[in-house]
Amino acid sequence: MSDNHQHHDHPTGIKRWLFTTNHKDIGTLYLWFSFTMLLIGGSFAMVIRAELMYPGMQLVDPNFFNMMTTLHGLVMVFGAIMPSTVGLANWCIPMMIGAPDMALPRMNNWSFWILPFAALMLLMPMFMGGNFMSGQGPAFGWTFYEPLSGQYNKLAFFVFAIHLLGISSIMGSINIIATILNMRAPGMTLMKMPLFVWTWLITAFLLIAVMPVLAGAVTMMLTDKYFGTSFFNAAGGGDPVLFQHVFWFFGHPEVYIMILPSFGIVSQIIPTFARKKLFGYASMVYATAAIAFLSFIVWAHHMFTVGMPVAGELYFTYATVMIAVPTAVKVFNWTATMWKGAMTFETPMLWAIAFVVLFTIGGFTGLMLGVATSDFQYQDTYFVVAHFHYVLVTGALFGVIGGVYYWLPKWTGNMYNEKLSKLHFWISAISVNVLFFPQHFIGLQGMPRRVPDYNPMFADWNFVSSIGGFVFGASQLLFLYIVISTIRGGAKATSQVWEGAEGLEWTVPSPAPYHTFENPPLIK
Amino acid sequence: MSVIKTMKILRSLFAVALLIGPALAKANYGLNMTRGVTANSHTMYDLHMMVLWICVVVGVAVFGVIIYSIIYHRKSKGVTPASFHESTTVEVIWTIIPFAILVAIAVPTTTSLLAYEDVSNSDIDIKATGWQWKWEYEYISDKVGDGAGVRFMSQLDKDSDAARKPHSGVDVTKIDHYLLNVDNPLVVPVGKKVRILTTGKDVIHSWWVPALGVKRDAIPGYINESQFTVEKADWDKVQKDGEAIFRGQCAELCGREHGFMPIVVKVVSEDKYKDWVKTQKGAALAAAADSNKVWTKDELIQHGAEVYAKNCAACHQPSGEGLPPMFPALKGSKIVKGPIENHIHIVVKGKPGTAMAPFGTMLSDADIAAAITYERNSWGNNDGDMAQPSQIKAAH
Amino acid sequence: MTKHIHRRTVLGLSLVAVLMFGFGFALVPLYNVFCQAFGFNGRNIEVENGTYQVREEVVRTLRDGVDKNRTITVQFLANENKDLPWEFRPLQREINVHPGEVKQVRFYARNLSDKTVVARAIPSMQPSVAIKYFTKVECFCFNNQIFKPGEAKEMPLIFVVDRKLPQGIDKLTQSYTFFDTQQGKSDSVAAAVKSLVHG
Repeated sequence: MSDNHQHHDHPTGIKRWLFTTNHKDIGTLYLWFSFTMLLIGGSFAMVIRAELMYPGMQLVDPNFFNMMTTLHGLVMVFGAIMPSTVGLANWCIPMMIGAPDMALPRMNNWSFWILPFAALMLLMPMFMGGNFMSGQGPAFGWTFYEPLSGQYNKLAFFVFAIHLLGISSIMGSINIIATILNMRAPGMTLMKMPLFVWTWLITAFLLIAVMPVLAGAVTMMLTDKYFGTSFFNAAGGGDPVLFQHVFWFFGHPEVYIMILPSFGIVSQIIPTFARKKLFGYASMVYATAAIAFLSFIVWAHHMFTVGMPVAGELYFTYATVMIAVPTAVKVFNWTATMWKGAMTFETPMLWAIAFVVLFTIGGFTGLMLGVATSDFQYQDTYFVVAHFHYVLVTGALFGVIGGVYYWLPKWTGNMYNEKLSKLHFWISAISVNVLFFPQHFIGLQGMPRRVPDYNPMFADWNFVSSIGGFVFGASQLLFLYIVISTIRGGAKATSQVWEGAEGLEWTVPSPAPYHTFENPPLIK
Repeated sequence: MSVIKTMKILRSLFAVALLIGPALAKANYGLNMTRGVTANSHTMYDLHMMVLWICVVVGVAVFGVIIYSIIYHRKSKGVTPASFHESTTVEVIWTIIPFAILVAIAVPTTTSLLAYEDVSNSDIDIKATGWQWKWEYEYISDKVGDGAGVRFMSQLDKDSDAARKPHSGVDVTKIDHYLLNVDNPLVVPVGKKVRILTTGKDVIHSWWVPALGVKRDAIPGYINESQFTVEKADWDKVQKDGEAIFRGQCAELCGREHGFMPIVVKVVSEDKYKDWVKTQKGAALAAAADSNKVWTKDELIQHGAEVYAKNCAACHQPSGEGLPPMFPALKGSKIVKGPIENHIHIVVKGKPGTAMAPFGTMLSDADIAAAITYERNSWGNNDGDMAQPSQIKAAH
Repeated sequence: MTKHIHRRTVLGLSLVAVLMFGFGFALVPLYNVFCQAFGFNGRNIEVENGTYQVREEVVRTLRDGVDKNRTITVQFLANENKDLPWEFRPLQREINVHPGEVKQVRFYARNLSDKTVVARAIPSMQPSVAIKYFTKVECFCFNNQIFKPGEAKEMPLIFVVDRKLPQGIDKLTQSYTFFDTQQGKSDSVAAAVKSLVHG
C-alpha cells in the first residue's frame, strides 16, 4: 500500500512482507488477514442462515451445523475483529503519537506471523473426515464448555490454536503499551493523546490480563483430557462449572477488548465531521477505564442459570447494570459532540453515527440481560444472539469499517469512491437490521440458540433474518471491491484529507511515507 | 391493556413494512416473551416489559437528539460549529440519571429473585436428568398422588424425529408441534408447587419451559433446584378436558442432537394426576412382567424396531450405517455379526469413553433383547438368532 | 538505545502476563474457597479431598442437643454417570429429622461391569447454602470405593443436621453421583500425539 520509491532500504516482493518490521506493512498484513477471516467466518454464517431459512433439515448434518456456529464465533472473535483492531493500531498509533515505528519491530513481525498458523490449526480439523459433511472441526460452541468439549477427539488442535492466538495477542499488546508509554513525541502528554490511542492502551492492558487466563483454561482442558488431571472433571473432584467461571473471567473483558478500539475510532471520526472538539475528553477516558475495571467483576452474568446462591445472582446483577453508567456517559458525549456542530456525512461519519445508534440498542438489550430474573428467560436464546451481534457487528465491526474508510486515503493516497461506499453503507446498515432485529423476537418467543432446526412458529422471522443475512454478507464483497480500487487509483488525497481532521497523522503526506516522524514532531 | 395494543400495532407495522406478501396469510410474526402461567413467569414478563419501556424512553430521547442534530446542525445549513467541549454540571447530571434508573431497576429485581429462588414447601419433587439427547424424570417425593418412584424417559416424538432427518421429504409444517413434542410428557397437577431438581448424565443440559418460567442447568455430578406452581386462573384459560400442555427445549448446547430434545409438561387437574400416577405404577409392573416372559422371534423383531428407532437410530442411523467414526455402523459390524454374548455385553454395559451408553440401566430387559434381535436380523445382518430377556438379565 | 527504554516495560508486562497465567490456575483453589464459604454449586470440597474434619462440628452439634420443635426433611438422590455401568440407589428416599439428631441411612450400589472399578461418589446439596449445616459423621463418599465385577454393597451415611440451619429451609436434598476414578486416565501423551499425527 505504501509507496516504495521514496526509500530504497527495504526488500520487495514476498520477502518484504515476510520479514517486514515496518509498522505500516504489519498493519496492512493484519488488516488483510482479518478481512480474509471476516469472509471465512462470514461464509460459515451464510451456511447457518441458509439452514435456518426454512424449518426442517435441508442442507447440513446437525454436527456440521454445530461446527459452523462454533467456528463462526471463534473465527470472527479471534480472526476477524481482534486482528483488525490490532491492524489499525499498528498503522495509526505510531503516527498519532509522533513515533517513528512500534517499540519492538521484530516482535511485531512475529506477533503477526503466528496468526496464520493459529488459524490453520483451528480450521484444519474441518477437513479431516471421510467427506466434507463429516468434518472433525470443533462443534461445542465458541465458549467450549466442559464436559462437552472434553468429548472432542481433536482437542489438541483447538488448544494449540488458542495458545498461538493468545501468544500473538499478548506480544502485540506488550508492543502497543511500550510504544504508547515510551515513544510519544515530546509534549504529547497522556491526556493529550487521541482517544483511539487511549482506548487501545486500556484494551492492551485488558489483553495482557485475560489472555493468559484463557491460556490457563485451555491448558487445564488439555491436561484433563490427556494427562489425567481433574480440574473440570467431576470424577476426580473437579467441577465443570469452574470452567465457566474461568472462561468468563476471560470472556467478559474479551467483549470489551473487541469494542473499546471501536469506541476510540468513533471518537476520532465524529469530531472530524462535526468540526467540533470531542465533548468530555477526560470523562471519555475515565469512562473507558471504568468499563475496563467493571469488566473484571461481572463475569458470572453469563451463567445465571448454573444455579448460584441467590446472593451471587444479586451481586452479579447489581455489578452488571452498573456498566450502563459509564457506557451511557460515552453515548451522551458522542451525542453532545454532534450537537451544534457543523456536520457533513462522508462515509466514515455514516458508519460512526450508525455505530452510536445501533451499539446503543445492543447496550439496551445488555441492560435487560443483566437483570437476573428475566435473564432466566433470555439466557441461551436468540435474544442473546441478537444482543451480542448488535454489540459486535453494528458495534465493533461498524467501528472498524468506519475507521478503514476514515484512514484509507491516508494509507493509499487515494480517495475511495464516495458513491459506492455510501451504497455499501446503506445496504449494510439496512440489511444488518433485517438480519438481527427479528432475532430479538424469535428469542423472546422461545427459540434457543445453537439449534439447526426449529418449530414452524419461528419460521417467518427466521426467513426474514436469513434474507437480511445474505444481503449483509454479499455487501461486504462490495467493500472488498471499493478497497482494492482505492489502492489502485482514484482522486488524490491531500495531507489533511478531511476538512475537520485534527491530529498528527493528518500532518504527514498522503499516502503516508514508509517512514514517518523519524524526527519527533513538535506538539503545541 | 395498552402494552398489548401497542404490540399489536407494532406487529402489523412490521409485517406490512417488510412486505412478506404470500407468507402473510398464515404468518406468525410474534414479537414478545410469553407471560406464562406461573407467578415466576409473570414477574419475569413484568420486569422484562418495565426495563424494555425504560430503554425505549431513553432510546427515543437520545436518538431524538441525534436526529435533531443531524437535521439542523449540518454544514450545508451554513451553521458554524460551537466551541464548547465540556461541562461539569451536564456531565455530573447525566452520570447520576442513569444511576438512579438502575437503582429503580435493582429494587424489583431483588424482590422477584428472592421469590423465584424460594423452593420451600414444595408438594412434588421431580428429578430431571439430561442425557445426550433426552430427558429422564424421576418423582422423588409426592404429597399429592403418592407418585414417588415413578421414573421414565422422555424424548422427541416419532413424527418429528422422522421428519427432521435430512431428505425426509416430510413437510414439517404438517407435523403436530414439530420438534416440540415428546413420547412421554412430564405430568404435574395444577396449583401445586413443583420443585425441579436437575442434573446431567454426561454433559451440561438446561431444562427450560418458557411458560413455566423455569430455566436451570443440568450439570453432571451436581444437583440444581428450581420451582414452579401453575396458577389455577391461568390454567383455566388454556385447559381442555382438564389438561394443558406447555412446551420447551434444552437450552444448553449438548452435542449433535441438542436441537432435538424437547421438554413437554402436561398440567392436569388433581384427579387426573392421581389417575396418571396409578397408570404409571401399573405400567412399571407390566414392564417387569414383559421381562419375565419368553418372546417369539417375530415379536422381538417387531418390538425391537420400535426400541431401535427410539434409542439407537439417532447415532447408529435408521439404515444401521451409523456416522463413522463417531458412531460406528451396525450393518456388517463385527460385534453385531459375532457371538451374541459380546453384542449383549456392549449394549447392556456400554463402551466407556465413547457415546455408547450402558443401556442396562436405562431400558427394560425385554426392550434390550428386542433391539438386539432386531439389529441382528436387519440390513443384511442375517445372524438368524435372537436374545431373550432372561439372557439380558443374566448379563447385568 | 531504544531497546534500553523498552526493557523495563517489556519485562514488567511479561511478568504481568505470567502472573495472570498463574492466576488462571489459582482460580481453582479460590473457587473452592468460594464454594465452601457461600455454598456455590452445592459442593463440599473437603469431602472430596478426604480432609473432612468432623470431630469438632459433631461435638458442638451434639452438645447443643436435639431441637424437637423443628423437623427437616432430608432427601437422598443417587445418580449414575454415563461412563459407569452401575446400579445405585438410596434405600430411603427421604427421612424426617430434628436438628441435632444423629441419623443413619444406607445406599445400595452394584457394579454391573465385568471389571474391578474404583469409584468415587461426588456429593452435591440443594439448597446449596445448607451444606455447612449438614455434618457427615461417616460417609461412603469420604473414600474411593472398590467394587469387584458384579459386586454389590450397602454403604452407610451417618449425619447430623446442625441446629443453626437457617430458618425457612425445610428440606435438604443430598445427591451423590458415582464416577469411575480411572475414567479417562488411560488416555495419555501417546493419545495426544496420536490425535495430532493421525488427525
